[in-house]
Amino acid sequence: METAYLIETVIKVVVILLIFSALAGIGTYFERKILAFMQRRLGPMNVGPYGLLQVAADGVKLFTKEDIIPTNVVAPIFKIAPVITAATAFMAAAAIPFLPQFTLFGYTVHPIVADINIGILYILGIMGVGLYGPLLGGMASANKFSLLSAARGAAVFISYEVITGLSILAPIMMVGSLSLIDFNEYQSGGIGDWIVWSQPVAFVLFWIAAFAETGRTPFHLIANDHEIIDGFGTEYSGMRWGLFFIGEYANMFFISFVIPLLFLGGYGDGSILGALGLLAKMSFFFFFFLWSRAAWPDVRPDQLMWLCWKVLMPLAVINVVITGFVMMF
Amino acid sequence: MHKEQFNSRNVNNGYYLVDIEDYPQDGWGKFKRVVRRTLRGELFVGLWVVLREMIKFDIHTIEYPLEKMPIGPRYRAVHEMKRLWESDTERCIGCGLCEKICISDCIRMDTRIDENSRKEVSQYTINLGRCIFCGYCAEVCPELAITHGGEYENASEQREHFIMYEDMLTPIDTMKAGKQLEFEGFGAITPHEDERVKKTPLAY
Ligand code: SF4
Ligand code: SF4
Repeated sequence: METAYLIETVIKVVVILLIFSALAGIGTYFERKILAFMQRRLGPMNVGPYGLLQVAADGVKLFTKEDIIPTNVVAPIFKIAPVITAATAFMAAAAIPFLPQFTLFGYTVHPIVADINIGILYILGIMGVGLYGPLLGGMASANKFSLLSAARGAAVFISYEVITGLSILAPIMMVGSLSLIDFNEYQSGGIGDWIVWSQPVAFVLFWIAAFAETGRTPFHLIANDHEIIDGFGTEYSGMRWGLFFIGEYANMFFISFVIPLLFLGGYGDGSILGALGLLAKMSFFFFFFLWSRAAWPDVRPDQLMWLCWKVLMPLAVINVVITGFVMMF
Repeated sequence: MHKEQFNSRNVNNGYYLVDIEDYPQDGWGKFKRVVRRTLRGELFVGLWVVLREMIKFDIHTIEYPLEKMPIGPRYRAVHEMKRLWESDTERCIGCGLCEKICISDCIRMDTRIDENSRKEVSQYTINLGRCIFCGYCAEVCPELAITHGGEYENASEQREHFIMYEDMLTPIDTMKAGKQLEFEGFGAITPHEDERVKKTPLAY
């Protein structure tokens, strides 16, 4: 039993690592294509049919590029920072049930690495740790703009942790559990049971905060395009920069899994249809990340702070209070 | 096309002030503005616009090495040397005006007297690495011999990149097939020139 469990877990970890590393690469392809189509362009077309092998070309480039450690940087921290980003992104995946359990060759597989009973807390915590990648990378870079970007990123991350936590508190009160599997079972009765109907405010707030947590476009302040340089990643090159990149895209995929699991019924009753439904919902949220990038401009950092502390946080608190009153009476 | 709208210097024409309300000063006004902006749904307009463009799939990309934009007949790219329509011989009379006017000094030519005692171009090169494609040579040429063509892909391994007279000259087959294109940029004959020519009065 112990050995079987160990082997199963190792296989699951490897599969998740491989699939999501590949997805992070393919995600960049989708991002380029969709952004291009929305801007009436074609996107990558030359490498492979419809530019499909562009991902491979980028991978080769990232892997073979010289790994530059500039002078004056704090080398150990500079080197470890991208690893933190990528590792935390993948660590968060441990508590996410990607699919309903299914039977393969007479063996029941739970597509979740560790069904810990505090799954949501764990995911939020690990995402909070993810902040240290940009922060340490920017601080160790010996570059003013990296430092500024790291400070900005830290401010955004920490502020929006509050929104994430508070907005998710109300659904947690309703479900009475921190496990994502329990969340899923709470909503498994069909569309009418989805938490989004009873907690629409929490859903919108969590969704907004997801943009800040992943640093995607309306809140893309960690790598500020207006400075024409890549924020905290300015001094990075080759695969170290690639790790930041993979971390960002893996994070997007994981958040796109977490939102439907929390609010939109997850994989429902666990049938094939439910599993496909979860994938469809995940695809929509991932698509929305790209969609909003094409449509919306970035906000200023002070506007972002204003939005967080003066609008979203009061709304989240009011939402929690109202939920509490409704549950009490 | 009427030119009046471009020639009009009366800038008040059709201008109006955009109606922008004053920024709210007090807290309540600011709050109302936030609520109004939040609920106006402008973000969804943005989302719809880009989604519409994606669905329409009206792609404007030109896959350049495979596809090319048509360029205008007046485009000033690598020079061409024309031939006479009547006799298929070269138009250039070796007057040297183009060499003289070239402001980047990139035309180099030499002439000699041929066996019929006519002036003939013996050497003619343009250093495209120096040429700024200003078009002065085409403008000054009295015979409409040197003109600009449409060939703009002239990459080179070194800064000096010469083009020879023979390469610029319209090939004799093209000429025989009547396919030589006249340049329409400056220096060329304006359309309907025949109608506008006035006879010189013989009185003086
Ligand atoms: S285009 Fe201008 S620079 Fe080029 S050869 Fe003619 S006169 Fe000289
Ligand atoms: S100006 Fe015209 S005719 Fe005179 S040398 Fe140059 S190309 Fe020949």
